[in-house]
Amino acid sequence: MTVKIATPDLITLRGVSKFYQQPNGQQIVILDNVHLELRPGEIVALLGPSGSGKSTLMRIVAGLISPSVGEVVYHNRPLVGLNPGVAIVFQSFALYPWLTVLENVELGLKAKGESPDNRRNKALKMIDIIGLDGFENAYPKELSGGMRQRVGFARALAVEPELLCMDEPFSALDVLTAENLRFELLDLWLERRIPTESILIVTHGIEEAVILADRIIVLGRNPGRIRAELPVTLPHYRDRKHPSFQALVDQVYTIITNPDLETIQTPAPISQKAPVLEVKSQALPAVRIGSIAGLLELLEDRSQKDLYRLAQELQLEVDDILPIVEGAKLMDLVELAEGDISLKTVALEFINGDIDQRKQIIRTQLLKHIRLVQQIHLLLAAKSNQRIPEELVLDILETHFSPGEAQRQLKTVIDWGRYAEIYGYDEPSGQIFLEQPPLEKE
Amino acid sequence: MTRPLTPANKTLGRLNWTWQDGLLILAVVGLIVAIIRTAAQFREPFHVNLIISTNIAALPSYTAQTLIRMVVAYLASLIFTLIYAYSAYRFRTMALILIPLLDILQSIPVLSFLPGVTLALIAMFPGQRIGVELSSILLIFTGMTWNMTFSFYQSLMSIPHELMEAAQVYRLNLWQRFWTLEFPSGVIGLVWNSVMSVAGGWFFLMVIESFTLGNQDFRLPGLGSYLAAAANKGDQKAIWAGLVTLIAVIVMIDFFIWRPLIAWAERFKVEMVESQNIPQSWLLDVLRRSPTIQAISQRVFGPLKTALDDGVIRMFPLRSLPVTPEKNLDFPKLINWIFVCGFTVIVLWGTWEAALLLKFLSWTDWLHVVKSAAITALRVITALFLSLLWTVPVGVSIGRNPRLAQILQPLVQIAASVPATALFPVLLLGLTHIAGGLQIGAIALMMLGTMWYILFNVIAGAQSIPSDLMEAAWVYKLSLIDRWRILILPAIFPYLITGIITAVGGAWNASIVSEYVTFQGKVMSTPGLGATISQATAQSNFSLLLAATVVMSLLVVTTNRLVWRPLYKLAQDKYRLLI
Repeated sequence: MTVKIATPDLITLRGVSKFYQQPNGQQIVILDNVHLELRPGEIVALLGPSGSGKSTLMRIVAGLISPSVGEVVYHNRPLVGLNPGVAIVFQSFALYPWLTVLENVELGLKAKGESPDNRRNKALKMIDIIGLDGFENAYPKELSGGMRQRVGFARALAVEPELLCMDEPFSALDVLTAENLRFELLDLWLERRIPTESILIVTHGIEEAVILADRIIVLGRNPGRIRAELPVTLPHYRDRKHPSFQALVDQVYTIITNPDLETIQTPAPISQKAPVLEVKSQALPAVRIGSIAGLLELLEDRSQKDLYRLAQELQLEVDDILPIVEGAKLMDLVELAEGDISLKTVALEFINGDIDQRKQIIRTQLLKHIRLVQQIHLLLAAKSNQRIPEELVLDILETHFSPGEAQRQLKTVIDWGRYAEIYGYDEPSGQIFLEQPPLEKE
Repeated sequence: MTRPLTPANKTLGRLNWTWQDGLLILAVVGLIVAIIRTAAQFREPFHVNLIISTNIAALPSYTAQTLIRMVVAYLASLIFTLIYAYSAYRFRTMALILIPLLDILQSIPVLSFLPGVTLALIAMFPGQRIGVELSSILLIFTGMTWNMTFSFYQSLMSIPHELMEAAQVYRLNLWQRFWTLEFPSGVIGLVWNSVMSVAGGWFFLMVIESFTLGNQDFRLPGLGSYLAAAANKGDQKAIWAGLVTLIAVIVMIDFFIWRPLIAWAERFKVEMVESQNIPQSWLLDVLRRSPTIQAISQRVFGPLKTALDDGVIRMFPLRSLPVTPEKNLDFPKLINWIFVCGFTVIVLWGTWEAALLLKFLSWTDWLHVVKSAAITALRVITALFLSLLWTVPVGVSIGRNPRLAQILQPLVQIAASVPATALFPVLLLGLTHIAGGLQIGAIALMMLGTMWYILFNVIAGAQSIPSDLMEAAWVYKLSLIDRWRILILPAIFPYLITGIITAVGGAWNASIVSEYVTFQGKVMSTPGLGATISQATAQSNFSLLLAATVVMSLLVVTTNRLVWRPLYKLAQDKYRLLI
């Protein structure tokens, strides 16, 4: 009926990319060609494994970070600097420890220039709504985690933001507290007791996304990009046991655990010239061999191979179990198909072997499948003293990863190689050296 | 009787007086009177060779003057710290210059500035005492400010990222951000470093209050000059009176200022967990519970603060809609440019002047400087070695024995708080009778000023050894030697290094006052870099002074870079106890 509204969107991201220039000239792509719009009246979840750039994407929406390429449109105008209609709830709460609850909540109102009486009233009202009555004069350190995050919510909502951004707001809380706070937030939202028009929540919890969101955006990594967009049409106060709920969770799980699956539902007319990635770097998940061994042991005596059920049973989040699965897959110990996981024959040999046989198997698998281990092994063999400095490996890694990530990769590859007795590492000198193969020790 | 300290707790309604309130008001009045009285004296014309009385009756007035010098210098350092560290933190280009500059400045021995600063200021105020007063304050300022600035800069740079983002998202303006985020983050570091700085200030004040330049005697009435005069005369009674006063003043400052401040700063901890050992202060509790203070803070400071905050916010209102990008002059960039240009000019001018001065030096002069540097280095190492020899075993036994710690720690603290320079005259009385005199005396004087840093750090290190590691050492029956080699030394290593770095820096500085002493009318000296600096000062040989100072600074900077930093890094990486 109304033709006046140019776009009904609150905020629109068009072709947004973000990359950093490494000191060595390499470019690290954090986000690649993202299209996203947020409409009034919806909760949108950004879901993805760590390293998929979901926090960066949220910060671009909030205007804390500006995109390298592409534009952000807010109220039909390009966004420059901070988004004036956004408030953020932080994962670590980000409360000022030296301010009381009331002073923390008043903070944003004060900056807006509200009169002292006005801001006191608004802050007290929000404290009341959020269930912090009686704690106005407490300092954050006197509160429990759940109460601290309530202060975070009150502070964000007090400025009456159009868009409420939340950066993994429940992940620092225990399971029960998180569940309670989630539903209280949903109450406020559904009963329209807060003036917020839209909520953007960053999460790595699949169930959390399915419970809260009207639309789930699944991000992939390497580089960070949108892989799928799933509308959730289930009526609110969703039942975790309901078949359609479970089906949706399964679907999301399948997408996330199959990083090679290409974009499932194309949301917007994405430009067809998808960037051709030259030899994709093999990123090692930061997991210990012990965790992988544990997973294999668990899988052995289970008939149910559904990954999602397994995670649920172990009470692990995607972010916890996925790297382990990924590690096992990289070493070619397991097979993944449609969200189901099954053991390969090597894995069975591994489980039944004693400690030396296990090391031998991992040794073979690493040398066969992990490119970085192969490279290090070759470099070591080529050296007369069979030692190389870690910087050499870091240099190789930094052509693909940021310095921080390169360090993590190095740590993982050292840990794996040590377990398999392929090479050792001397921490004080920062050198990797060749171990005598276990067979020759006899 | 405890009342929670909250604004909602209406204390205004029931303003009952307590005796603490009365004391408080008296204290404020007394302070104002003292400041006015002493400040009035500063306008007197400057008497060259002012006679310093050793009469005990002169002590209160002398102490007050010394204290005022200290307070003014401290306030100046505080203001300097806030401005300098904040600019380095806000403008990256400035940090590139300001931080290395700070590193260099802090390695220049304070006392090398003395003649230049004094003469310049006396020339500015001919015939007036104010020149010497200002120069003494300026010198104490130089001794106090560097570590405070470093600490505040460090705190600013390590503000948690999400707290910064919160400040951005809730759009605090610069003013608000400074007072709600940046300043509070630095308070703890500032308070602890203030304690250290003031202690360092006492060290120099004692020397600065009575020194000679050429044949001129620049004395200022104060505790330091009193002690020097008393020692010159050999007046035992006056010496003891002076020392007791000094210790009393230092203990009182600790009780009335530092303890309350340290306890108060506790609320600015960023950690969200309540620690077990929270610093307490009786005085702070009294102040916090005093109805008068609460009334004043609510009626006067509260509204003032609100008005100021709101005024700033109204002056720079927020936009509620996104702005279209406009081309405005890049202000910070412009400031950076002006700054860099100005800095370059200063550096070039300084180098030119230095070159002109150094031109007068012959080869033999340089040889002399290098030789004396070697001698002083040897002395510093000996002092360090001797200090380690006794502080490590004593420190560990104090640290591992809570009962001993309870008795000894306050005593050690008092002993350490007495500025070594105050004891010099007393020590010299004894040293003149020993063979070798200042040769050995200089080392003793250096140790006196520096061994405490090591002792304190060793005690702290020993206290931090978890008792299960000690128990494990007992269970596996490690021998005494193994216990030290495997557990104790590695565990205290990081603390030891911190202590040694501070101690060695102090020892170099102390060499200036300990290798060359004017005592009972005659000059005593022993070859060394410190003596060279003092001698050059006394003879107004500015070329030699500059050369010796540069050599000393370079030595301190290079040993810091090449020896202490790698060791410190090793301590952080390998010997940190992960608990």
